[in-house]
Amino acid sequence: MMHFLLLFSRQGKLRLQKWFTPIPEREKKKIVRDMTTMVLGRKPRSCNFLHWKDLKIVYKKYASLYFCCGLDAEENELLALEVLHRYVELLDKYFGNVCELDIIFNFEKAYFILDEFLLGGEVQETSKQVVSRSIEASDMLQETMEEYMSKPAF
Amino acid sequence: MPAPIRLRELIRTIRTARTQAEEREMIQKECAAIRSSFREEDNTYRCRNVAKLLYMHMLGYPAHFGQLECLKLIASQKFTDKRIGYLGAMLLLDERQDVHLLMTNCIKNDLNHSTQYVQGLALCTLGCMGSSEMCRDLAGEVEKLLKTSNSYLRKKAALCAVHVIRKVPELMEMFLPATKNLLSEKNHGVLHTSVVLLTEMCERSPDMLLHFRKLVPQLVRILKNLIMSGYSPEHDVSGISDPFLQVRILRLLRILGRSDDDSSEAMNDILAQVATNTETSKNVGNAILYETVLTIMDIKSESGLRVLAINILGRFLLNNDKNIRYVALTSLLKTVQTDHNAVQRHRSTIVDCLKDLDVSIKRRAMELSFALVNGNNIRGMMKELLYFLDSCDPEFKADCASGVFLAAEKYAPSKRWHIDTIMRVLTTAGSYVRDDSVPNLIQLITNSVEMHAYTVQRLYKALLDDISQQPLVQVSSWCIGEYGDLLVSGQCEEEEPIQVTEDEVLDVLEGLLVSNLSAPVTRGYSLTAIMKLSTRFSSVNRIKKVVSIYGSSIDVELQQRAVEYNALFKKYDHMRPALLERMPIMEKTASNGPTEIVQTNGETEPSVPDTKHLPLVTQPANQANDLLDLLGGNDVVPVIQTTLPTKPASAGGELLDLLGDLSLSGGPAPAPSVPVSKPPFLLDGLSSQPLFNDISAAIPPMTAYSKNGLKIEFTFERANPNPNIAVITIHATNTTEADMTEFVFQAAVPKTFQLQLLSPSSNIVPALNQGSVTQVIRVLNPQKQQLRMRVKLTYTHKGSPVQDLAEVNNFPPQSWQ
Repeated sequence: MMHFLLLFSRQGKLRLQKWFTPIPEREKKKIVRDMTTMVLGRKPRSCNFLHWKDLKIVYKKYASLYFCCGLDAEENELLALEVLHRYVELLDKYFGNVCELDIIFNFEKAYFILDEFLLGGEVQETSKQVVSRSIEASDMLQETMEEYMSKPAF
Repeated sequence: MPAPIRLRELIRTIRTARTQAEEREMIQKECAAIRSSFREEDNTYRCRNVAKLLYMHMLGYPAHFGQLECLKLIASQKFTDKRIGYLGAMLLLDERQDVHLLMTNCIKNDLNHSTQYVQGLALCTLGCMGSSEMCRDLAGEVEKLLKTSNSYLRKKAALCAVHVIRKVPELMEMFLPATKNLLSEKNHGVLHTSVVLLTEMCERSPDMLLHFRKLVPQLVRILKNLIMSGYSPEHDVSGISDPFLQVRILRLLRILGRSDDDSSEAMNDILAQVATNTETSKNVGNAILYETVLTIMDIKSESGLRVLAINILGRFLLNNDKNIRYVALTSLLKTVQTDHNAVQRHRSTIVDCLKDLDVSIKRRAMELSFALVNGNNIRGMMKELLYFLDSCDPEFKADCASGVFLAAEKYAPSKRWHIDTIMRVLTTAGSYVRDDSVPNLIQLITNSVEMHAYTVQRLYKALLDDISQQPLVQVSSWCIGEYGDLLVSGQCEEEEPIQVTEDEVLDVLEGLLVSNLSAPVTRGYSLTAIMKLSTRFSSVNRIKKVVSIYGSSIDVELQQRAVEYNALFKKYDHMRPALLERMPIMEKTASNGPTEIVQTNGETEPSVPDTKHLPLVTQPANQANDLLDLLGGNDVVPVIQTTLPTKPASAGGELLDLLGDLSLSGGPAPAPSVPVSKPPFLLDGLSSQPLFNDISAAIPPMTAYSKNGLKIEFTFERANPNPNIAVITIHATNTTEADMTEFVFQAAVPKTFQLQLLSPSSNIVPALNQGSVTQVIRVLNPQKQQLRMRVKLTYTHKGSPVQDLAEVNNFPPQSWQ
């Protein structure tokens, strides 16, 4: 399973953090620090895999954002790259040519999309269309509420 | 109260902050506003405020005061509230918070909500961060949803069940019925999550594993459909249909086929099919191939399939994509033990990876290379590995050096090659070599007897170049101390002997003592080496001077050594040669034992690490207490006189010959077998030791040996009070007209006896009976057997050495009865 998924910028600013195992707040901060240091310190043409404690770390850079996940030792790293790629594709479909700013200003949406794709550290849906449709439907539900309230929710 | 600012507004504002302090100020202001809003229990804007709080939390600011608000949001009827509430719960709450449990009821209600998206939120939250208690409480609901026909909920329920099982393994049984027809689903989402659920159950329970083994044919069918079916737009990734599902099925097959012949047989075809038909131009195809290879290697596959798998890995090694090369090396490392020969075929590619720029790949390649070294390829492999050692990053050097030593030890084709390899490692990566290699190397060098001259010469030359690498310097100084005589005599056969004088050698060793680069341990080695050379070189005065200087060294270790060596020069010079003689061949097991300490007048011997000191030193008879500590060995060690530089350990063979007929288990026993405990016989014999005893005066003297002008007479006395000990004094006289110099008397007795030789009065037997050499022998004869003795005499007469062996059998009965 995936233990965590982090998105951070080239300067090390955290844009998204999803944890699939219960970890104390202090330790989460430490892990984030370690990941950013390790990943940002990698030479440009290195391979995308690292070892950290007993986890495999798989990371990929998309434009100015680093997508970094921590996996169990028996996971397939090459497939993890595909998982990260799929998530980026989903974001791209939703936001249309997604960029870092989209994720900054709509972080909650990024989480919602992630929650339709992964659950408990595993992939829950392998079809791009199904995930997109679920998100759209949920958004509709939300908008309906907003219309009812006749003011934007947030 | 004005409406709280909107989330996007806040984000925009905070991003305009130019300094950390400015940002903190903004955040604090907003937090204060949010807190007062929470206090007012404002339902309308709670959602907005929590969303803002979550943003600030991501920036690293504390947000714990919003935890309870998340619960209120979850309990709300509005979908928007629930969405943010659950998100907040997943981000801010974890098992450690007390409020966590308050969620249970909300989740339970939401699991039964009429809207599937609300149910989905609840399942998601439970499956991500539900605690054990929550899982126990809600497992029933999850199980119910696992049986629903709604695929959206079913797939989430399956993963939620996985989480429940991970948290509370005992609940696994509960989900068993629901798994019945999971695999007959058409929906890929459900199929995928079902395979994950089955995998989790099989990994945790051998019973489940047995139970689900019957699913293998079904899994094979599903996989086949995925591969054979045409283009499916919904699940296609670069021409491959649902790679995520394919990989998960392959993984489940691996678990089911492991250690089961029938299942492995059933999946053979499909694995071969996947292995050969998968498109490898993109990462996704390689991900599937990778999983296939792992499965093939783990199950009981036929050999053809295994070779296919290894060849795939071999192809991976040639791929341009670094990730794939990395993955190949990791997999090969796992299989190299079981499929060694197949992996050997790819050796050259693996060795090429040593030159890769990527650090992770280099490390894997190095580990794999060491695993592939064997007797056939050792020369070629070592060349590559040594080249790697030269050029690699420091983080690798220690491991690489250790690996080289290990491989060289196991497969060295010749001793010369072995020594050369060690030299190479020491000179190129000398400072990274592990500390324990120094004693191991010393032992190796000692045991390669014919290479001593070559080794010491090469090490000496290396020292001339560079004295900064401590392990190299330590080994070199030890060798020079040991074999310095070979160095100056220019005896090297393997290569051109160098001309070096004693002074030059001493210059180098003294240089080590004063150099700032030398560690304290190294200085110790160096001082001991200098001392050892005092018996091998002739410039003893120079050595004496050096040793006396260091008697006042600030370094306590050096000072102690120097003081002891000084004492050796001054008071115990006659012992020096024996103490400092050549080291014997070391047993591998014994060399790890504690250093043996032999007491000599209360001083400890110079304790060079991991050595045993062979010849035991005899004492003048009046050094009563120290005799207690000596000997006591079970075998008779024919005690060697201390007046000569004694022969090296290989002389043990001669003594064995000496004692052969007497069926003595003879030979110089390795010293550690000598206990420091006090045998009764010496103790008894000590207290007052009259050399002559009224009782024993009755025993007549005898002539033990008479030949070539040398006559040796034995006189007897009984040691009082122990009647088992015979004290024999030998008197050696010389009737010839030339002195017999360097006279050494050695004796050996059968196993049932014990013998002790004390120091002789001198080692010159003067000519023409002008004097005699006397020496005391003490023989313990507890079994009262007939005393027999074999003696060996060596001396120099008229310039030529003389040696003779003789048996003494004519002991008077009273001497042993």
